[in-house]
Amino acid sequence: MRPLVEVRNVTFGYNAVPVLSDVSLHLHRGQFAGLVGPSGAGKTSLLKLVLGLLRPTRGAAVLEGERIDGRQSGRIGYVPQLETVDWNFPVTVEQVVLMGRVRRSGWGPWHSAADRREAREVLEQLEIGSLAARHIRALSGGQQQRVFLARALLSRPDLLVLDEPTSGVDMRTAETILHLLADLNRQGLTILMTTHDLNAAAAHVPWLVCLNRTVVAEGPPDQVFTEAILSETYRSEMAVVRHNGALLVHQRPHAHTLQEILPQPVLGHLVVEPVGGQNSPRPLAERVRYAVAD
Amino acid sequence: MQWLIEPFAYEFFRTGLSVAVLSGALCGLLGVYIVLRGMSYIGHGLSHAIFGGAVVSYVMQWDFYVGAGLWGFLTAVLINQTVRRTRIGADAAIGVITTASFAVGVALISRYRRFTQSFDAALFGNILGVTWEQVGIVAAIALLVAVAILFLYKQLLFTTFDAEVAQVYGVRTQWVDTLFALSLAAAIIASMQVLGVTLIAAALVIPAITARLLTDSFGRMMVLSVGLGVLCGALGMYLSFYVDVASGATIVLLQATAFAVALVVSALRRQVGSRLAHVHID
Repeated sequence: MRPLVEVRNVTFGYNAVPVLSDVSLHLHRGQFAGLVGPSGAGKTSLLKLVLGLLRPTRGAAVLEGERIDGRQSGRIGYVPQLETVDWNFPVTVEQVVLMGRVRRSGWGPWHSAADRREAREVLEQLEIGSLAARHIRALSGGQQQRVFLARALLSRPDLLVLDEPTSGVDMRTAETILHLLADLNRQGLTILMTTHDLNAAAAHVPWLVCLNRTVVAEGPPDQVFTEAILSETYRSEMAVVRHNGALLVHQRPHAHTLQEILPQPVLGHLVVEPVGGQNSPRPLAERVRYAVAD
Repeated sequence: MQWLIEPFAYEFFRTGLSVAVLSGALCGLLGVYIVLRGMSYIGHGLSHAIFGGAVVSYVMQWDFYVGAGLWGFLTAVLINQTVRRTRIGADAAIGVITTASFAVGVALISRYRRFTQSFDAALFGNILGVTWEQVGIVAAIALLVAVAILFLYKQLLFTTFDAEVAQVYGVRTQWVDTLFALSLAAAIIASMQVLGVTLIAAALVIPAITARLLTDSFGRMMVLSVGLGVLCGALGMYLSFYVDVASGATIVLLQATAFAVALVVSALRRQVGSRLAHVHID
């Protein structure tokens, strides 16, 4: 089956500073994928290549067989980072959401009754219908994220792309947003997002791509969130804890023993087992997986 | 009411008032986009650049509107492209390109000293010299710009709000920017006769920023900005007539007064709002 999005051996850099090197990626219809990696790993650049906002130095990004070459087809709904939005701009929630229809609604300042009705429906679906007339500044972080999600959905996209949808919001809101995305994915929407929140990604995103200038690994969280892969991705010591079927990722902040890393109640339930391949550059004592005892 | 009718006995007042009202509306309309894009300096820069174009047109014996208009348009496009394709910021690009263009005009004037007099008018405005033909040209420019803005309203709004994201959603932002640059150059040329190069920037920015202080709605901001431009244009002409002060300066001073009033009103509104919020919490 032909993938919806294909990134073929893409190399990209800003003014000869390499950002991505030989990156290949496939995203099939109905897939929900997350890009994880440290700051400067090239996550946002990869998203922008898929969006057609950047052009690769080598290789190509392809949307259903059609090369993405800077001319946007309007088939992708994009939710940018909230930090990039001008919250003082004089627009209401409804006006922002209706921007999603800009390509289909023709010329002139007015939107059709059908467009307005559909915008209301999307807002209701995202449970912010009562906020339509509000200025975008007068919203909470979670509501602001939903407004931009609503704009993307109104464009009826084949692919939804989100840049750090959980950054700048509290844990509960992040959880709600990810549940919402999972629901949309279950309804058939293909989603590609970047995130720094590894634990939330492990819990909610079924397919993860570890990126650090190149693809380090990709697959379900269970397979890619290992110490070896995450340490290679982040170039830093990472610990992975499995608890009641959940994955918890922890960075080792200047610590060398389990007692220093983990709180006592968790430590009491752990068994330590050696993991890691023969080729791992780290000593065996450090190559351990922390698994919860039954 | 005699004072309202009396100035109409003079031809120069009738033509001057027409141009002041039309250019007030035009600057008020385009100013909304300029202010919201954080490009307030472009009006100042572009008017100076167009001055260079006007001098070149004079020397080359081209039609003023065509020569200066084309010059202004190319300058605006050059600024846009410099910002898009290099790491130079909008403020620096405007500073370099428009000042160089202005310098061309100054250099030509110093070389051909014989027409210094007529370019004083371009620098400071000369409402007395407006003909009905010029009023017609300004009206045509205002109508064309208004139609273009109405036609591209949604695309312009999205591009002004977030140009990069607008591109993803299928807006041809480069075309929108080019058309806007053309409209701006045309508006500056239309307003040159009334305000002069030195005061156009204020007429582009003050009504829009005053309107922004008074409303959080894009539509209302647009109506208010155009309204203020028209009102200050008309009142400024009357004041200029009775007080015998240059019309361009009078219009800009009236706009600045409106801005000061709006500043006080919005500060009072904020205070009342926060007090009401306290009462609500208590």
